[in-house]
Amino acid sequence: MNITRVKTTIIAAAVIAGSLAGAATAFAADSQFIGSLVYRTGPYAPGGIPWADGFADYINLLNARDGGINGVKLDLEECDTAYNTDKGVECYERLKNNGATGMPAVMPLSTGITYALLDRVVADKIPLITSGYGRADAADGRIFPYVFVPPATYWGGADIAINYISAQEGGYGKLKGKKIALVYHDSAYGKEPIKTLEALAKQHGFKFSKFPVPHPGLEQKATWLKIGRQLRPDYVLMWGWGVMNATAIKEAAAVGFPRDKFIGVWWSGNDADMIPAGKAATGYKSLQFNGVGSDFGVHKQIKKELYAKGKGSAKSAENTGEVAYNRGLQSALILTEALQAAMNHYGNKPVTGEQVAWALDRLSITEDRLKEIGADGLFDPIELSCVDHLGKGRAKVTQWDGKQWKTISDWISPNSEMLRAMYEASAAQYAKEKGITPRPCG
Amino acid sequence: MIYREAGEFKASYREDQAILPIRQDRWFMWGLMAVAFLLIPAISSQYWLSTIMLPFLILALAALGLNVLTGYAGQLSLGTGGFMATGAFAAYKLATMFPELHIVVVILLAGLITAGVGIIFGIPSLRIKGFYLAVATLASQFFLIWMFNKFGWFTNYSSSGVISAPPMTVFGDFFVTGPHATAVAKYLFALSLVVFFAIMTKNLVRSNIGREWMAVRDMDIAAEIIGIKMLPTKLKAFAYSSFLCGIAGALWAFVHTGSVEPLAFDVNRSFQILFMVIIGGLGSIMGAFLGSAFIVLLPIFLSNAPHLFGINIAVDLISHIEFMVFGALILFFLIVEPHGLARLWQIAKEKLRLWPFPY
Repeated sequence: MNITRVKTTIIAAAVIAGSLAGAATAFAADSQFIGSLVYRTGPYAPGGIPWADGFADYINLLNARDGGINGVKLDLEECDTAYNTDKGVECYERLKNNGATGMPAVMPLSTGITYALLDRVVADKIPLITSGYGRADAADGRIFPYVFVPPATYWGGADIAINYISAQEGGYGKLKGKKIALVYHDSAYGKEPIKTLEALAKQHGFKFSKFPVPHPGLEQKATWLKIGRQLRPDYVLMWGWGVMNATAIKEAAAVGFPRDKFIGVWWSGNDADMIPAGKAATGYKSLQFNGVGSDFGVHKQIKKELYAKGKGSAKSAENTGEVAYNRGLQSALILTEALQAAMNHYGNKPVTGEQVAWALDRLSITEDRLKEIGADGLFDPIELSCVDHLGKGRAKVTQWDGKQWKTISDWISPNSEMLRAMYEASAAQYAKEKGITPRPCG
Repeated sequence: MIYREAGEFKASYREDQAILPIRQDRWFMWGLMAVAFLLIPAISSQYWLSTIMLPFLILALAALGLNVLTGYAGQLSLGTGGFMATGAFAAYKLATMFPELHIVVVILLAGLITAGVGIIFGIPSLRIKGFYLAVATLASQFFLIWMFNKFGWFTNYSSSGVISAPPMTVFGDFFVTGPHATAVAKYLFALSLVVFFAIMTKNLVRSNIGREWMAVRDMDIAAEIIGIKMLPTKLKAFAYSSFLCGIAGALWAFVHTGSVEPLAFDVNRSFQILFMVIIGGLGSIMGAFLGSAFIVLLPIFLSNAPHLFGINIAVDLISHIEFMVFGALILFFLIVEPHGLARLWQIAKEKLRLWPFPY
């Protein structure tokens, strides 16, 4: 067989197989489909894998222990985005019509994919849940009927960080004249807190300076020389991502900036980011919108129902306490609680995205409900409404002790009044550009 | 047997110089247009149209732009992503500053602005050649993305630096951007523009401008000696190439994703387009489309394949297999045909002429 024939055969095979690619896979009609966009590969996989494991474990726990939600079995399908926006959009389009009723909600787990899906979810009537990332102004549910941002936003995170610093210093009055720096990933994500911090700087009289770090963030020597030797701020905040986090912590150590005055946002607080920084990370602080560790009731049940029987998603039960794992659990919990609420209202059968959006509009995960699940202390209660797609937006401060995160504060509330006005102003600007009429909320 | 020009006589210069001189080619092209404009929108699912055909068409347009610069004029460029971003941001600024402008006008003006930016970044090409020029254009890539990140004016002071396309119509209720645009409308709109610019480019490279580009590509000193002026020729190539890339960027931001951050046009996008041109075939209009099809479609097919054949394997394993097979296929095609897929197409046509009695 000569090489030309090999080529022809391969091309022919590719064409035939390609034409089959649209064929849908069969699903059981009575089970609820759940599509999960994950990144188990690519440059950010160390943070993506525990999230995906946590998400899958909670869904599998419901299936194994309760036979699904209200007797409706859950059918989980993952799609790997590798944290790439093009792939993420493809994943969403591939999964959105699967199952009996399509994808009930999408959690893209990336700011880039979130932005690419904003228009699509409105057309497809599929709720977009962005837990701790994405557009902060989507907290205004009148303009973003299909976008939900519990439990926290970046703007809230910035406010919480300043709130925490003021408590450390002995009140907001003591912030006057203090210097606070922000080291951020130079992208849509990293720029989110700037407006909030600038407003707060004006309000409380501290001096705010910002240091953009270009992607991927491996080169920060000059940034940190400036911070550590020239500016000498009282506190440094960080909106970092992936390899940038460990690099920043190591550079902070190199210029002798005290790690306990260095506070990262939740995406700068993964276990996977601390371990490469080694000893330098000890004392570093990070905001978290979930509790840390695996001593909660829900972890015990996951270990008993899944890991004891060899059905766990993570490599071993040891990995179930990682911060990213708990975030995966939390995302699964928000989704399944919304599914349950939708089923309670529309009947115990698979529900559509529109029905889930209805349930999310009035989602209520109370302290009692969290106790029932075994997640009290792990997550903050969430109450959403037609207008408010965020909830309380609280977060905790945790500190890395060299081996694991230790919680060092209670839930800290952001200044909701100021932020709400900012959300609404920003959402109104978006509505004007896009020609959206805000929906009435009764 | 079927693909034979015997008996087709050209009675005028016009016929002799047609883009497709052979009758069978013309039929094939009309057939292809019918499939693209009628059959595909009629039978394709929304998934096919919006996630496979749309990126394929838009990136093919960008590849066409780069092919003019690299394939026809011989100027190696790594700034495609930056020019696409320029197109996207220019279209956004135009659409938000002058909401009454028609979308086609917005996209064309965005292309013209990008052409202006391309001319500025093309100036170094008069002194720098080859790989060194690639590095110089890489600077434009990083500078443009940095500029859109740095200055809030480009994003209307959005806190995240993300731009979002307002809903726009071609006529009446025929929305092509925004949440109410259907996949078919977006596809047809992109297809019309891409077909228009492909024909325009094909004619341009057959004209005296195109011949000048090719002369510069093949040997710039010889070209200069026969009287081709370097400055206008090279800058025309940069302008036209950036014009097409800008339009592709505007389409990507407005029609494909709807909202976009500058990172969507980072250096990886430039490499992706360059690979399309190399795999598709340098200096070929067809090559831009074949290369785009290869780079866009193949990974999607590979990641769907295990599912189709009923094999249930973990998603991370699928992703890794996809990378390996994709890499191996690129190597395979470059080894068997270094001149790209367009050359394979040409060989196939030559064989078809003799079929079924080759000698």
